[in-house]
Amino acid sequence: MAYDKFTILQSTAVPLSTENVDTDQIIPARFLKATEREGFGDNLFRDWRYDSAGTPKADFVLNDSTYSGKILVAGKNFGCGSSREHAVWALYDYGFRCVVSSFFADIFKNNCLNIGVLPVTVTPAFADKLFAAIAADPLTEVEVNLPKQTITLLATGDAESFDINEYKKDNMQHGFDDIDYLINMATEIEGFEAKR
Amino acid sequence: MEKNTLFDKIWDAHVVKSVPAGPDVFFIDKHFIHEVTSPVAFLNLEKRGIGVKYPHRTIATPDHNVPTVDQDQTIKDKLSRMQVEKLRENCAKYGIELHDLGSAHHGIVHVIGPELGVTQPGMTIVCGDSHTSTHGAFGAIAFGIGTSEVEMVLATQCIMQSKPKKMRISVEGALGKGVTSKDIILYIISKISAAGATGYFVEYAGSTIRSLSMEARMTICNMSIEMGARGGLIAPDQTTYDFLKGKQYAPAGEDWEKAVAYWNTLRTDDGAVFDQELTFEAADIEPMITYGTNPGMGIKVVDNIPSTEGMEGSNKTSYLKALDYMGFAPGEPILGKSVDYVFVGSCTNGRIEDIRAVAQFVKGHKKADSITAWIVPGSREVEKQAQAEGLVAILEEAGFELRQPGCSACLAMNDDKIPAGKYAVSTSNRNFEGRQGPGARTLLASPLTVAAVAITGKITDPREVFGN
Repeated sequence: MAYDKFTILQSTAVPLSTENVDTDQIIPARFLKATEREGFGDNLFRDWRYDSAGTPKADFVLNDSTYSGKILVAGKNFGCGSSREHAVWALYDYGFRCVVSSFFADIFKNNCLNIGVLPVTVTPAFADKLFAAIAADPLTEVEVNLPKQTITLLATGDAESFDINEYKKDNMQHGFDDIDYLINMATEIEGFEAKR
Repeated sequence: MEKNTLFDKIWDAHVVKSVPAGPDVFFIDKHFIHEVTSPVAFLNLEKRGIGVKYPHRTIATPDHNVPTVDQDQTIKDKLSRMQVEKLRENCAKYGIELHDLGSAHHGIVHVIGPELGVTQPGMTIVCGDSHTSTHGAFGAIAFGIGTSEVEMVLATQCIMQSKPKKMRISVEGALGKGVTSKDIILYIISKISAAGATGYFVEYAGSTIRSLSMEARMTICNMSIEMGARGGLIAPDQTTYDFLKGKQYAPAGEDWEKAVAYWNTLRTDDGAVFDQELTFEAADIEPMITYGTNPGMGIKVVDNIPSTEGMEGSNKTSYLKALDYMGFAPGEPILGKSVDYVFVGSCTNGRIEDIRAVAQFVKGHKKADSITAWIVPGSREVEKQAQAEGLVAILEEAGFELRQPGCSACLAMNDDKIPAGKYAVSTSNRNFEGRQGPGARTLLASPLTVAAVAITGKITDPREVFGN
């Protein structure tokens, strides 16, 4: 469904350097029982955020008020495992609009693009720079500029460009989704289907 | 003439249009849906005021959150019940074929597709589940999608996809005793890591792969996603055709001959180029087990857990975090560790061949007293066959608890959860933290290794227990 447009985002960032974070961690399976897309943010990283009694775990970054923002800077191979789009719904619902990593799992990345969370792939060196800058100053601002395809540490001006295909970039900037595009192609698809 | 890979041939035949500087509009032949990732897609269709364009191309079954006991009764868990009811409602409303709880072909979506003969060579198949890669065993392009894409397929039978890169993984030679297809795939993932094939679609080839049954091929393709690949496929051959012939939805008569003639063209041409090629020797593969919290963290069951030598930074931190979760120390042997649960089931190893293997091995033995042993057939059909072959009696005699079909403890959405801190050796596909229940510790292995562990109550080399 349509989502908020994404153009330029300036925000502080939340660091989560753990590698191979799978979608079962982002949203455990037992919270997938909804029939509507609401309230998933409450259970984002549920078992890392809360103990079995529901008490917040002090050592998890989302429970540390030092860090906040709309950008999650994540370790490599973020979003691996299950195809559950609920993982991205949970990130979005919690307030993240952009996830930065040196490496994303494929399905997760597609899911992000489909619901308006921008996945930004940076070099491992730039990811390290981001983690270091946030550790040194949790209030440091990061700018993600989709039209220019750049990510910048505003305090130092350190920047890097990132890839996104023109079609998805255009969609993100306008808040369009693929169904709008596909429905406009109905006649071509009908012709194709008839031959299958 | 242009040399093409099997993957190219199928992919290119399904591109309705290539968007300039964008993805392909990609046509989907068959779409499987289940109760967990489809309700929001249907809801959004309603919000848009559109329906299901080609209902005969979608097939539904509830599997992820269904109970594995008392399936003839109303589901007790309210949210699970609502999801299953929503699936029934949506299928009835749009005219989608549903294999409901208790019906003859109910089961895990990736088990029933092949059983029904819906899955066929040359097809494109998607489902809102990453283990859709299972169907690639038939020489189909099959992969998991998100709910937005489920909605696209329902609305238009297409999704927007960029064509992945191509990798060929060849395995050559004869497998050793006690080594199964699960060990092959766990070995490959341990070699290339849980992200080693991200961005790729994999073709499995080589004499070892060719020698495998369809069930064994499905196990391998199933776990393609666990090394990051979108999917994996195997060229169809006589083994494929023998499996499919006579199945409910398989072509029959003249159509069968025509289909086989087409399927015979689904081969990678000699000289076709892959973006990456890897070759492994079957002789190097031994029974495998995972010790960590992603499927790439696997070792031969006789090996020690890797030490931290040479690791640094976030790599080392993540490694130690995983071992801490598992309660293991770097460098120690895994053999002999105590286990609390064994689970035989899932879309990875819940087919008849898997249950046969376990039954043959545990016949005449009893499970260890300390072990809780669950066996969950992948489908009603598997359950029926296991009964007919006398396997259920053998397993019950050995102390296994037979449950009804579903995804069960593979992802523990229902009540089949491993308690916090307990160790489960499982034939499923993921050893992520909490995957089999909050705090549960999962070790992935083959049905044979799981059978051995059930008998001894400890991590065991199956070759030691059963000898000949």
